[in-house]
Amino acid sequence: MTLNASDLAISRGGVRVLEHLNLTLMPGRALVLRGPNGIGKTTLLRTLAGLQPPLAGAITGAADRIAYAGHSDGIKPTLSVTENLTFWARVFGTASIRPALDAYRLNDLADRPAGALSAGQKRRLGLSRLLVTGRPIWMLDEPTVSLDVSAVAMFADAVRAHLGQGGSALIATHIDLGLDADVLELGPFKAVPAPLDDFDGAFA
Amino acid sequence: MIALLARDMKLALRAGGGFGLGLAFFLIVTVLVPLGVGPQSALLATIAPGILWLGALLACLLSLDRLLALDWEDGSLDLLATAPLPLEAAVTMKALAHWITTGLPLVLAAPVLGVLLNLPGPGFLWLVVSLALGTPALSVIGTFGAALTVGLKRGGLLLSLLVLPLYVPTLIFGAEVARRGAIGMDIATPVLMLAGITAATIALLPFASAAVLRVNLR
Amino acid sequence: MSLWEYANPKKFLTTSERIMPFVWAVSLACLAVGLIWGFFFTPDDYKQGSTVKIIYLHVPAALMAINAWLMMLVASLIWLIRRHHVSALAARAAAPVGAVMTLIALVTGAIWGQPMWGTWWEWDPRLTSFLILFLFYLGYIALWEAIDNPDTAADLTSVLCLVGSVFAVLSRYAVNFWNQGLHQGASVMRVGAVTGSDTAEKVSNVFFYPLLTCIVGFVLLFVALVLYRTGTEIRARRIKALLARERIAS
Repeated sequence: MTLNASDLAISRGGVRVLEHLNLTLMPGRALVLRGPNGIGKTTLLRTLAGLQPPLAGAITGAADRIAYAGHSDGIKPTLSVTENLTFWARVFGTASIRPALDAYRLNDLADRPAGALSAGQKRRLGLSRLLVTGRPIWMLDEPTVSLDVSAVAMFADAVRAHLGQGGSALIATHIDLGLDADVLELGPFKAVPAPLDDFDGAFA
Repeated sequence: MIALLARDMKLALRAGGGFGLGLAFFLIVTVLVPLGVGPQSALLATIAPGILWLGALLACLLSLDRLLALDWEDGSLDLLATAPLPLEAAVTMKALAHWITTGLPLVLAAPVLGVLLNLPGPGFLWLVVSLALGTPALSVIGTFGAALTVGLKRGGLLLSLLVLPLYVPTLIFGAEVARRGAIGMDIATPVLMLAGITAATIALLPFASAAVLRVNLR
Repeated sequence: MSLWEYANPKKFLTTSERIMPFVWAVSLACLAVGLIWGFFFTPDDYKQGSTVKIIYLHVPAALMAINAWLMMLVASLIWLIRRHHVSALAARAAAPVGAVMTLIALVTGAIWGQPMWGTWWEWDPRLTSFLILFLFYLGYIALWEAIDNPDTAADLTSVLCLVGSVFAVLSRYAVNFWNQGLHQGASVMRVGAVTGSDTAEKVSNVFFYPLLTCIVGFVLLFVALVLYRTGTEIRARRIKALLARERIAS
C-alpha cells in the first residue's frame, strides 16, 4: 500500500514550518528528504509517523504501517542487546530477532549490556530494531549519524533488502547511501508567514 | 503488554533502577517520626496509621519523576507511541510496574514498621488492607502526573505540586481505614470509598494520561 | 451571527474593550454600596457582634473561588473540543484571580474564626476544602508557567483542570467525611451558606440585601478582571507569535 500525503502543512513549536507539501511513497521505493537544518525534516517525519497532527492536509496509508526511528534509539543501557531487541519484537509481535542481529552483525555483541556499546554500535542496534517491527514503511531520521563506512553499507544493504521485499523507506539524510532513491527537496515548501494583519485564531 | 511490564520490572531490578529506594525511604520516615515527636508509645500508637500512610504516599511520590522521564529521554516513548500497543495500555502497564516495584513492597513492609510505631493489634490487618487498596490509585494518579510533566527538564518539583492535591481523597480514606481499624471502629464506608476511588482511577485515568502523553510527544 | 464569533482574538479584544468600562463601573459601584451598607448600616449580630460583617467579603470571595474554577473548567472544555485559543487563554487568565479569591476566603475565614472558635485556624471541613482548592489553583498556574509551547500548555492544563475538578469534588466529600460533626462551631458558619434554599431562614433580609450587592460586585469584578487579563494574554501571545515569525524570516 502506498503512503500518501496531500497538501500537508506542519508546525513545530506552534510555528508553521512547511506547507503545500505533497508526497507519495510507493511500495519498493525509497524517498530521501533533503533540506537545510531547521527546515522541518524531523517534524515532517514525526507528523507522517502520527506522533503529531498536521496543521492541514491529509495523510493516508501510514497508520499502523510505519516503523519510526528518530534521533534517539530507545535503548535501555542496563538491558543486553538481545533483551532490547526481544522487547521490541514482543511489542510488535514478531517471532525472531535473528535476522536483525545478522543484518547488523550484532551476534558477537548479543549478550553485552547496551550501555557498554560504542555510539556506532548503539546506532546499529537502534536500526536493527526496524527489522523486528515487521512494518512495511520505515521512517528514518538521520540514520547514519555516528556510523562508520562499513556500518553505513550494512544499513544500505538492509534498506535494499527491505525494498526488495516490497517495503518502502522515507529517509532524512545528507549522505548518499547508494540507493536507487527519489529525492524530495523540502526548501520550496517552506511556509510563508501569514500576512501581518491577519490576526486570526492561530495568532501567527 | 506483558513485554512492557516485564521490561520495566527488569529495569527496576537492575543496577540504577531504583528498586527498594522507596522502601528505604519509607523506613527512614518511620524511624524519623518518633525521633521528631518523642518516644511516648501512646502518642505513637495514635498517629501510627497516619504516619504510615503519609510515608507510603511520599515513598510513591519519590520514584514518579523517573517513571516516564527515562523513556522520554531515550526515545522509547516515541517508539512506543508508534507501536501496535495503545498508549493507554502502555501507561497502565507502566503504572502497574510502578506499583509492583514501589507500592507492593510498601504494603508488605508496613506491618513491620507498624510494630516500630506501636500500632495497636487490630490495626495491622486494616493497615495492610488500606494500603493494598490505596497504593494502586497512588501509582495510577502518579502516572498521570508524570505524563503531564514528562517534557519538562525540572519536572520533579512541579510533579509533586500537581500530584499531591490529587492524592488527597486517597490519603483521607486510606488513613481513615487504618485509623478506624486500629481503634476498632466501623470501617465499611471508608473501605468502600477507597476501593471505589482506586477502581475508578484505574479505569479512567489511563485515558487522561495517554492523552496528555500524546500532547507531550508532538 | 454566532457566539463563537467572539472566539476570534481580534473580535474579542474590540468587544471586550467596549464593554469593560461598564463592567468595571458597575462592579465598583456595587462593591462600594454593598460594603458601606454592610459595614455601617446593618445591625450587629446578637451572637457574633460586629465580626459577622466580614461575611460581606468572605462569602462573595468563597463563591467566586469556586465559580472561577467552574469557569476555567468550561473554558478548558471549549478549548479541548472547539480549539478556540481565546478560551484557553481565558482559563489561564482566570486562574490567578480565582486563586486570590480563594486566598481572600481563607484569610477572612481565619479572621472570622478567631473570635468565634478562639483559634486562627481550625481544620473545619469547609476551610480545609478551600485550602485544597488553593493547592489545585497553584498546581494549575504552575503548569501553565512551566511549559513553553502555548498549545501544549493549553492542552495539558485543560486536562489537568478536568481531572482536577473530579478530584476536587472527591476531596470535598472526603474532607467532610474526615471531619464530620466534630466541630459544631461550623453550624454558626452556616450563615455563610448563602447558596441554596436555606438562605431565607438563615440570613435575615437586613444582612441579605447588602450581601447580595457585594456578591454581584464580586461577580462583575471577576468578569472585568478576567476580560482584562485575557486581553493581556492575547497580546502576549501575539507578541510571542510575531517574535517566532521574525526568527523564521531571518
